[in-house]
Amino acid sequence: MSEHIAPKKLYFFVFASLLVLTLLTWQIAYVDLGQWNIVVALAIAVGKASLVAMFFMHLRWSGSMMRIVVCAAVFWLAIMITLTLGDVLTRGRVVPSQGWHTSAAILHTAAPANQQR
Amino acid sequence: MSSPEVELPIESRVHYLNAGYGIKSWLLTTDHKRIGLMYLVSITFFFCFGGIAATLMRLNLLEPQGLLVEPETYNKLFSMHGIIMVFFFLIPSIPAVLGNFLIPMMIGARDVAFPRLNLLSWYVFMTGGLLALYAVIAGGVDTGWTFYTPLSTAYSNTHVMAAAAGVFIAGFSSILTGMNFVVTIHKMRAPGLSWFRLPLFIWAMYATSIIFILGTPVIAISLALVGLERWFHVGIFDPALGGDPLLFQHMFWFYSHPAVYVMILPSMGVISELVTAFSKKKIFGYHFIAFSSIAIAAIGFLVWGHHMFISGQSIYAGLVFSALSFAVAIPSAIKVFNWTATLYKGSISYEAPMLYALGFIGLFTIGGLTGLFLATLAVDQHVHDTYFVVAHFHYIMVGGAVMGYLGGIHYWWPKISGRLYPDGWARVAAIIIFVGFNLTFFPQFILGYLGMPRRYAVYPAEFHTLNVVSTAGASILGLGYVIPLVYLIWSMRYGPEAGPNPWHATGLEWTTASPPPTHNFEETPVVTEEPYAYDRLAEEIQVV
Amino acid sequence: MSNSHAVVAEQFDDRAQQHEASSLGMWIFLATEIMFFGGLFTAYTVYRNIHTAAFETASHLLNAKLGAFNTAVLICSSLTMALAVQAAQMGKRKRLITYLLSTMALGLVFIYIKFILEWHHDFLEGLAPGLHFTYAGPHASRVELFFCFYFIMTGVHALHMIVGEGVMTVLLVMAWRGAFSQERYNPIEMMGLYWHFVDIVWIFLFPLLYLLGARF
Repeated sequence: MSEHIAPKKLYFFVFASLLVLTLLTWQIAYVDLGQWNIVVALAIAVGKASLVAMFFMHLRWSGSMMRIVVCAAVFWLAIMITLTLGDVLTRGRVVPSQGWHTSAAILHTAAPANQQR
Repeated sequence: MSSPEVELPIESRVHYLNAGYGIKSWLLTTDHKRIGLMYLVSITFFFCFGGIAATLMRLNLLEPQGLLVEPETYNKLFSMHGIIMVFFFLIPSIPAVLGNFLIPMMIGARDVAFPRLNLLSWYVFMTGGLLALYAVIAGGVDTGWTFYTPLSTAYSNTHVMAAAAGVFIAGFSSILTGMNFVVTIHKMRAPGLSWFRLPLFIWAMYATSIIFILGTPVIAISLALVGLERWFHVGIFDPALGGDPLLFQHMFWFYSHPAVYVMILPSMGVISELVTAFSKKKIFGYHFIAFSSIAIAAIGFLVWGHHMFISGQSIYAGLVFSALSFAVAIPSAIKVFNWTATLYKGSISYEAPMLYALGFIGLFTIGGLTGLFLATLAVDQHVHDTYFVVAHFHYIMVGGAVMGYLGGIHYWWPKISGRLYPDGWARVAAIIIFVGFNLTFFPQFILGYLGMPRRYAVYPAEFHTLNVVSTAGASILGLGYVIPLVYLIWSMRYGPEAGPNPWHATGLEWTTASPPPTHNFEETPVVTEEPYAYDRLAEEIQVV
Repeated sequence: MSNSHAVVAEQFDDRAQQHEASSLGMWIFLATEIMFFGGLFTAYTVYRNIHTAAFETASHLLNAKLGAFNTAVLICSSLTMALAVQAAQMGKRKRLITYLLSTMALGLVFIYIKFILEWHHDFLEGLAPGLHFTYAGPHASRVELFFCFYFIMTGVHALHMIVGEGVMTVLLVMAWRGAFSQERYNPIEMMGLYWHFVDIVWIFLFPLLYLLGARF
């Protein structure tokens, strides 16, 4: 990682941007954008996070390995959220039709109940 | 590059085992080799506990009505067996023992990147393990190692918190180990050691470390939520409050499925080393094996829903997870093909490590193929939660991972201890383990297919014979495990001195003394040749 | 080769290798934290999707103004932390101490607002699941679920901040004793990475918890 020393002005500029974006996200919550509210809020959050990561955390001047690590973590989080939501949001969409058999019908050799619970 | 040095006898040299005596020099060590040995002792200790639980389970199953214990107790036995074996034996086994010992040596480094964090990881591991043992001694936990809600959160009145806390804490040990390995491999390779000159064991450990880093935190938070729900009586996973028990399963399996790849990948790395060393042949398809390790780690994160096919998951999610589960088999198959191709026309010798490697290849293949049966939605409908699943994962974790572990322990034992173990006894033990293993677990495929459920203390009389066979096999398997314990300890004192490279193998670890000095190498090695250069090696060494 | 006062630890060859290794190690640790908080975010996202109306109702019960102010406080502390790292890089001891103290102070302000002005207030209002939950409006049980997540997520975040305060105290003492210089400032830099990460988590927590749903 380069031992880069950023100019103070850059830090203050990023700081000011972060405050502006915070104000923006807070105030936009009071404006009706329908389902875009959450999208805008998240977009602003991603923007703020990027500013902090790139400049305060020096990702801009770090080796590519650090960026790969961050992207990998974010990507893996996206996998977890996406596939989980993929289940949750698609439940109850399929109604068993005439062709489905229940488990009891398949397990015709099912032993009499030995369950202890 | 690989010519053996003239060696002084072990007692008159200073090496990592005698550089500093006394309990403090071990408990405060930062030497990765000593830490690896401390892990070896710890996980052997936990393996014994897990083994005792398994013994009691199999004894109980000698009779259809349950021979030994009440069902409530049986529930605790299989839970403890699972928790201890998974979290406190299998997951740390190769990474914490062989990985810690070998990684710096294989890359020509003096130690790992963060030696103090390495020591911390052992203490954290022991804390978690002792907490889990406390849960066992205080009366056990009965939720299974899977801690499913709402049993674990609302209904179980066993020591869920202690067990979950033990697992949570031990998870940090994995995270520290994974961090250490990734940074070490990236930043501390010897001059000339480019990525594609690394031993395949290193690639496997790197892939394993990725899983440690990205997966372990998720089970940590899952168990934390279980603990919070239990403690504050809130309903995070309680349907009455709008919670979803299946959400716990998603979060739990998001880690726990990749965790099974944590258990097998290092073993595959060991097999790559064993197969080349004992067929004296360059590995076939180095790049394929290296990339397949990464592929297994990556795709392994995409398949967790196959544990939830009949739990209430949506059918669409089931389809996606089923398809991805088929995909994850491909890189594993690639490895098996490449190992086989390496063996072909090799100059094969059948020392104990090779017996374990050959056993691995066969048993892992069976275990892996039966995984495909389970990935098939329609088949899983029938065999989910039966002994078919139990047999499948034991073929991989015991027939695969443990045999790879034992093969690796035997192979690197001369480097670790400076002594040779008696190979005759070792071969006998390997064969006993192989026979005992198959007798124990093959009948379970049949039992599962015929419908015997898992985690049941009793079963219908028609399954009696196969259960007896399985228990008989387990006793043979247990005997097989005890034998190496005896001769390995014996060899530390009475075994002949090994010299730096008793197997005439390639790899940087074989170029230094056995046991190695604390800093591993007298001078940092420079790497100039490809890995597994056995054709060149044959020219240099007079093979006895 | 090894020297107990050496700037370079003995497993490393030189300062550059040590610095790169430390940075990579810290980023990997932050990756684990992303997944740790990520589990909570996943669970929260799932429930928000299932119980949208209830979660929006519950979100309105939070004080968005305080939340926004706290966000600003954390952003200020990130600025002072970045300046602290810079001071360490330049070997400016007094400035380093000043900025570290400022960061710690701002962190304490955040914690005060969070625990006293928000949590304690929510408890008194009967919005603390498991301890004192008396909300009887629409979707009461789902609102309780929201507040479970509110307390757990902000609690885990606050825990990370408290740990950060602890480590910063240690670093402050070390800085006072002159342990840091232009050649040796790695720990400050690593602390900075951790602190900024905690800030980033809050940057996401604020809109997701406080700004859900219609406030218009």
